[in-house]
Amino acid sequence: MTGKSLRSDVTVIGGGLVGMATAIGLAQIGLSVTIIDMAPKGDLVAQEYDGRSSALAYASCRLLDGLGIWDHMEPYAQPILEIRVSDGPSLFHLHFDNETLGDGPLGHMVENRHTRIALFKRLEDIDTITYLAPEKVARIERTHGEARVITESGIEVSSTLLLGCDGRNSIVRKHADIGVTHWGYGQTGIVCSIEHEFSHCGIAHERFLPSGPFAILPLTGNRSSLVWSEKDHLVETIMALGPKAFEAEVKKRAGDFLGDISVIGGRWAYPLTLQCADKFHDNRLALVGDAAHGMHPIAGQGLNLGLRDVAALLEVIADSARVGLDYGDEGTLERYSAWRHTDTLTLLSVTDVLTRLFSNDIAPVRHLRDAGLATVDKITPLKNFFMSHARGTVGDLPRLLRGEPL
Amino acid sequence: MTNVHPEQIATGSTVDADEVAFFAGIADSWWDPKGPFKPLHQLNPTRLAYIRQEVCRHFDLKDTLRPYETLRFLDIGCGGGLLSEPLKRLGADLVSVDASEKNIKVASLHAEQSGLDIDYRNTTAEALADAGETFDVIVNMEVIEHVADVSAYLEACRKLLKPGGIMLLSTINRTSKAYLFAIIGAEVILRWLPRGAHDWNKFLTPKELSDALEAASFTPSAPTGFSFNPLGGRWSLSDRDVAVNYAMSAAG
Ligand SMILES: Cc1cc2nc3c(=O)[nH]c(=O)nc-3n(C[C@H](O)[C@H](O)[C@H](O)COP(=O)(O)OP(=O)(O)OC[C@H]3O[C@@H](n4cnc5c(N)ncnc54)[C@H](O)[C@@H]3O)c2cc1C
Ligand SMILES: C[S@@+](CC[C@H](N)C(=O)[O-])C[C@H]1O[C@@H](n2cnc3c(N)ncnc32)[C@H](O)[C@@H]1O
Repeated sequence: MTGKSLRSDVTVIGGGLVGMATAIGLAQIGLSVTIIDMAPKGDLVAQEYDGRSSALAYASCRLLDGLGIWDHMEPYAQPILEIRVSDGPSLFHLHFDNETLGDGPLGHMVENRHTRIALFKRLEDIDTITYLAPEKVARIERTHGEARVITESGIEVSSTLLLGCDGRNSIVRKHADIGVTHWGYGQTGIVCSIEHEFSHCGIAHERFLPSGPFAILPLTGNRSSLVWSEKDHLVETIMALGPKAFEAEVKKRAGDFLGDISVIGGRWAYPLTLQCADKFHDNRLALVGDAAHGMHPIAGQGLNLGLRDVAALLEVIADSARVGLDYGDEGTLERYSAWRHTDTLTLLSVTDVLTRLFSNDIAPVRHLRDAGLATVDKITPLKNFFMSHARGTVGDLPRLLRGEPL
Repeated sequence: MTNVHPEQIATGSTVDADEVAFFAGIADSWWDPKGPFKPLHQLNPTRLAYIRQEVCRHFDLKDTLRPYETLRFLDIGCGGGLLSEPLKRLGADLVSVDASEKNIKVASLHAEQSGLDIDYRNTTAEALADAGETFDVIVNMEVIEHVADVSAYLEACRKLLKPGGIMLLSTINRTSKAYLFAIIGAEVILRWLPRGAHDWNKFLTPKELSDALEAASFTPSAPTGFSFNPLGGRWSLSDRDVAVNYAMSAAG
């Protein structure tokens, strides 16, 4: 392969959920794309690769539909009809349901693996996307007019625009010397799936336990996905527990409202940190998804936020490309950056405050937030505000998130 | 501003030498999005969208990224090529001309840096017409208020347009709102405007432009406004607000 050189309109580093969705959107606009990922294609859809499930906000589902991906994943998507937030042992409930807002479910739960499979299926119908994997980036060079990527096996890909969709430790971000603000909570997210006796009725539960938030999120069938935030120093021990002991710990936290519970499949631990890149673009380059920002999964917004980036980026690129403007120039990328940076900072700070507020068992703080939850529950406009956030239908929305064509 | 030697300006009855010399004087900043042509850069997405909409409708073109592939375009009074480069990217078979040699040099150099091969020529509408050149589409944006003789200019344009072709024009209206924009604009908004009271009188209202087009045997459309939103500095197309900057299409 050495010495081979390719030219495509856009190069996407990282074929994760965000990178793939971006590439599909770009192809839909009419641009050619090369995706480079370091993991072998087969690994990405293997059972062990990613145990997470994502709560996809209503707006995110619209985006996936607009990109022709949703049909492939719909059979595996569990509608979320109601969200119940409760504070540890106290009885105060905050409770959102779709009847308040009308207009369909609040969102859907989908296992990341199924989303990946759907993305690869959609890729099959597109002949303007080249998927290079496993391939590691050796070097990136940028000039005034183009970006060039040289892989470790010597393939050279040149493009008008380079996108860093390579996750939290983005090498594209490092190459461009873009700094990140980063902080941790001393928490790790333990993720696993459970099977249960009773139906979850499409209800998502989020409990605030002293060690951190504990979420039970409905999957298709009588299954749920758990995100259990735990203090870092306890995680190693918990992850090392035998199957029976681990199950017992899960039961202790999940309670018995779902009847008998058993843990199915593996368990995964992800460090929970919050980070945000200082800027989302540079000459001929933009950061998208986790490469630009990462957050605590407390609000289940990480992927949703990434998909908002995708929608905004596709829109500014489409607007420029359609009228013949250089879609990789400063003007276009600046519009993307300005649009997304503010939105991201807002969501990150809300999530940060929530995490700190709810990972805490000091009595006065607990009473305050109980009062808060109870108040929010009573005031309809406030509740609708939160619900619209959960559905992702607020703010200056890109066309794809409004359910309009690109 | 008359530091440009007269020989460097293509001469002809429609060329106003002072106007062209003015543009030659600031030609180096054509591509600086924050320089004197900032307003044209800001206006670019909107007027390009207008051109696309009109051309695609007129020729019933497919909605692709290279819709202009079958058409021969003329960008008249192309300046630094702010419109030429996008038109070329969209597939146009393009000739771009300007009366100022300096502009043509700046435009050619920039196209080369952008990896685009554009046929730039330092000439005038009447010289092209005399040479018998014809085009499917003529892009005639922000030029008419700078020419010496509007009817002679439009007559030359008419000869350049193939039967069944279309010409897209844009210019500044002669209203008090436009005047305000232009005065403030001397510093901030519409900085590419000609200066002074004499030039102000050269501005055409939509009615006057429409009449002039008809007199030159074009079939003009109703005007479309470019409406400015000071917050965010973006322009949009408007059926109603033609008070400042407006566009018109003219069928051959
Ligand atoms: C416990 C947990 C629960 C979560 N729950 C939710 C939820 O309910 N809802 C939600 O919206 N979000 C959730 N998130 C967040 C969500 O999973 C992420 O935001 C999302 O996966 C980010 O996608 P991405 O494509 O940007 O990055 P990634 O998924 O990290 O993909 C990056 C890709 O880039 C590739 N790559 C990396 N480096 C290179 C390189 N140098 N060269 C080539 N390729 C490279 C990788 O192989 C990978 O394929 C959760 C996160 C955690 C940790
Ligand atoms: C305001 S600029 C517009 C440039 C370009 N059309 C745009 O909109 O970006 C006007 C240009 O018209 C040129 N010009 C003026 N009179 C001309 C004429 N009679 N023939 C050709 N070009 C002319 C000037 O040199 C100048 O570059």
